[in-house]
Formats: sequence, structure tokens, C-alpha cells
Amino acid sequence: MAMTLHVDIVSAEEEIYSDTATMVFAPAEMGEVGIAPRHTPLLTRLKPGEVRVQNQEGEELSFFVSGGMLEVQPHVVTVLADTAIRAHDLDEAQAMEAKERAEHMLADNTADIDYAKAQAELAQSMAQLAAIKKLRKKS
Amino acid sequence: MAGAKEIRTKIASIKNTQKITKAMEMVAASKMRKAQERMLATRPYAEKIHTVVTHLSHAHPEYHHPYLQEREAKRVGLIIISTDRGLCGGLNINLFKSVVTAMKEWSEAGLEIDLTLIGTKSNAFFKRLGGNILSTATHLGDAPSIVELIGTVKVMLDAYEAGSIDRLYLAHNEFENTMSQHPQVKQLIPVAGESDEQLQTHWDYIYEPDSVPVMDSLMIRYIESLVYQGVVENVACEQAARMVAMKSATDNAGDLIDELQLIYNKARQAAITQEISEIVSGAAAV
Repeated sequence: MAMTLHVDIVSAEEEIYSDTATMVFAPAEMGEVGIAPRHTPLLTRLKPGEVRVQNQEGEELSFFVSGGMLEVQPHVVTVLADTAIRAHDLDEAQAMEAKERAEHMLADNTADIDYAKAQAELAQSMAQLAAIKKLRKKS
Repeated sequence: MAGAKEIRTKIASIKNTQKITKAMEMVAASKMRKAQERMLATRPYAEKIHTVVTHLSHAHPEYHHPYLQEREAKRVGLIIISTDRGLCGGLNINLFKSVVTAMKEWSEAGLEIDLTLIGTKSNAFFKRLGGNILSTATHLGDAPSIVELIGTVKVMLDAYEAGSIDRLYLAHNEFENTMSQHPQVKQLIPVAGESDEQLQTHWDYIYEPDSVPVMDSLMIRYIESLVYQGVVENVACEQAARMVAMKSATDNAGDLIDELQLIYNKARQAAITQEISEIVSGAAAV
């Protein structure tokens, strides 16, 4: 029997592929890599592109990834695929947006938290909930 | 006839409310199933990336990533995940209660706190009460995508790298089952290194191109995936809590209707009795 390795292709939102294969090709940052069983441990970033998996029947399956990470252990290959194109500028822009949202929301706010007030309010809400529960039990 | 008509309208209006709560219960039940599936779907990624990070913390790389280093805390960051909508029982209130308790402890220990808020409910809560808010994200919907969180989380990660915060925590509801959800506050950074007995061997990866950028992007993805999982889990909690809240609302409406029906019947009977006695006494007078 030919030597095989286990391939997992997962994205943050779902599992894409998980099976054994004889060979995996991935678009690593430094150029495409082909991984055969008993490859030395490797950790690298992926560029957007195609991950190709040769399964035991000799078929070739291909998956598109928009970047991510590739982890290689002698008998396990893990592709942590990104669901979105990541670029430094893009991430930066999104971070700015998130900050702006916060600033926008805080237009009339103070940085000091009134813990006493917060706890009092929460206690009140909790009491309300408890009262509702009690009333429900009674009826 | 004392208010028989009013009682009837009241019963009709409660019946309408009951229909709405019943519909909401069913919608929440089906959404919860989907949210649970989504929660399970995110698990493989989280497990895989956790394995890789655990390997890394044992692989003795020449570069120690800042996320793995413990440093003295002066200021902490806290990411709070709440729901966007209400009508889900005490879910958000319970979460805020444990958050405020934790925050109070930190501030008593002399730590300052920066906040990142996810969900409109936490926004409303901390807008009213104050707090140093760095970034927010709202309206993620029932099927949140990780893209919408990247920027929000990055603000906190940047703050950590710049040294303005020394620890990062995540607060969200943990989904146990349909009936119980628990608020929890857990530490994200520094990443708690686990001692796995099987991984005590000394080996290291080959890094391409270099260990520093590879580990940077890996750690960022790791934190993002933890936050994303929190968000997805919170959605499942929200739907479960809403389902339970709406179910009890429907039951309560049913009880109310029964009670009102009884009062209505009594009123109707009283009116009939009165009418008869009036007729009888009228006939006697003739």
C-alpha cells in the first residue's frame, strides 16, 4: 500500500476537507510546495490560490483558498484557510472603521465607569427577573 | 354587565400577543438549530489551530512571540460579546453582571481597562455607563462572518503590541445546552501554555520564509478564531435563551387567558342573573 498522509482543510467557518491523500500541493508564500508523506515539519503562509490533493484513487481534488497557513507534520497536513483576502492595508482599514464606530458611539461619553451605578442597575434588572420568575411559579 | 366587553377585547389582544410569542419561539428554535450547527462547524478550525499553537509553544522556536509572554499588567483589554437584539431573557444582563464584577476587581487592583464591544446591547450598556471603548462591531446577524471581526479584534491586538494593554480577555456566554447558558470571562493573551506530556520532545518546524512573520500571522488568526467562536457561541445562546423566554411568555399568556375567561364567564352569569331577577321583581310588582 502506498504511503499516505492525512489532510485537513479547514476554514474558521467550516471544515472543508478531511481525508487521506498521497500528495498535497499548496501555494506557499515562497512558491508552490508539494508535500509527500513523511515530509519534515513545516509551517508557512499561503498565498491565495489552489490547494490540490491527490487522493488514494489517484484523483486530484482542488480547493481554492484566499490565503492562510499550512502546517505540515510527517503524516498530517493541515491547511488553515482564510475565508477572506487578507492584506495589511485591508486589515488596517477595517481596524480604523471599528475604531471610528467606537468613537462615533462615544461622542457623548466619559471614560470613567460608575461601578456603583452599573451594579445598582444590574441588581435592579436581576431583581426584576427574579420577581418575574417567582410570580410565574406562584401562578 | 360589568366590563364583559372589555374583558373580551382583552382576551382577544392577549391571544394575538400569544400568537406572536409562539411564532418567535418557533423561529428561535429553528435558528438555534442552525446556530448550533454553525458552532460545530467552527470547531475543527479552532481545534487545529490550537494544536498548532500548542506545538509551537513546545517547539522551542528561536523567536518568542509576544502573545506567549507574560508581562506585568497595568492595563487590560476586554472584548465583550453581547447580542444585537433583546427579548432573550436575562442573557445579556447575566453577562454584564459577571463582566462588571471582573472589571471592578481589576480596577480595585489598580488596572485600567480598555473595551471592545460586539453587539448593540453591550454598546447601549457601556454607552450609558461609560468606559474607555476602543472599537465596536454591531449587526453581525445570525450567521456572523469572521471578516467583520478582523478590524475590531485588530484594534485590540495592535494595542497589545504597542504595549498599551498587557492582557486581553474575552467575555461571552457559553452554550451548555438549550436550558442553560453561562457567562464567562476568559484570558486570551498571553496565550495560556498548556503542558502536554506528549509534546515534550525537542523539535521545531521549518519556517518559510521566516519564523517571525509566520508566527505573527498564526497568532493573529488564533486570537481571531477564538473571538469568532465566542461570537458564534453567543448567537446559539441568544437563540436558545430567546426560545425559552418566548416559551414562558406563551405559557404565561395562556394562563392569563384562562383567568380572564373565568372572570368573563362570571361577569356574564352575573349579568344574566341580574336580568332575570329584574324581570321577576318587575312581574311581581304588576
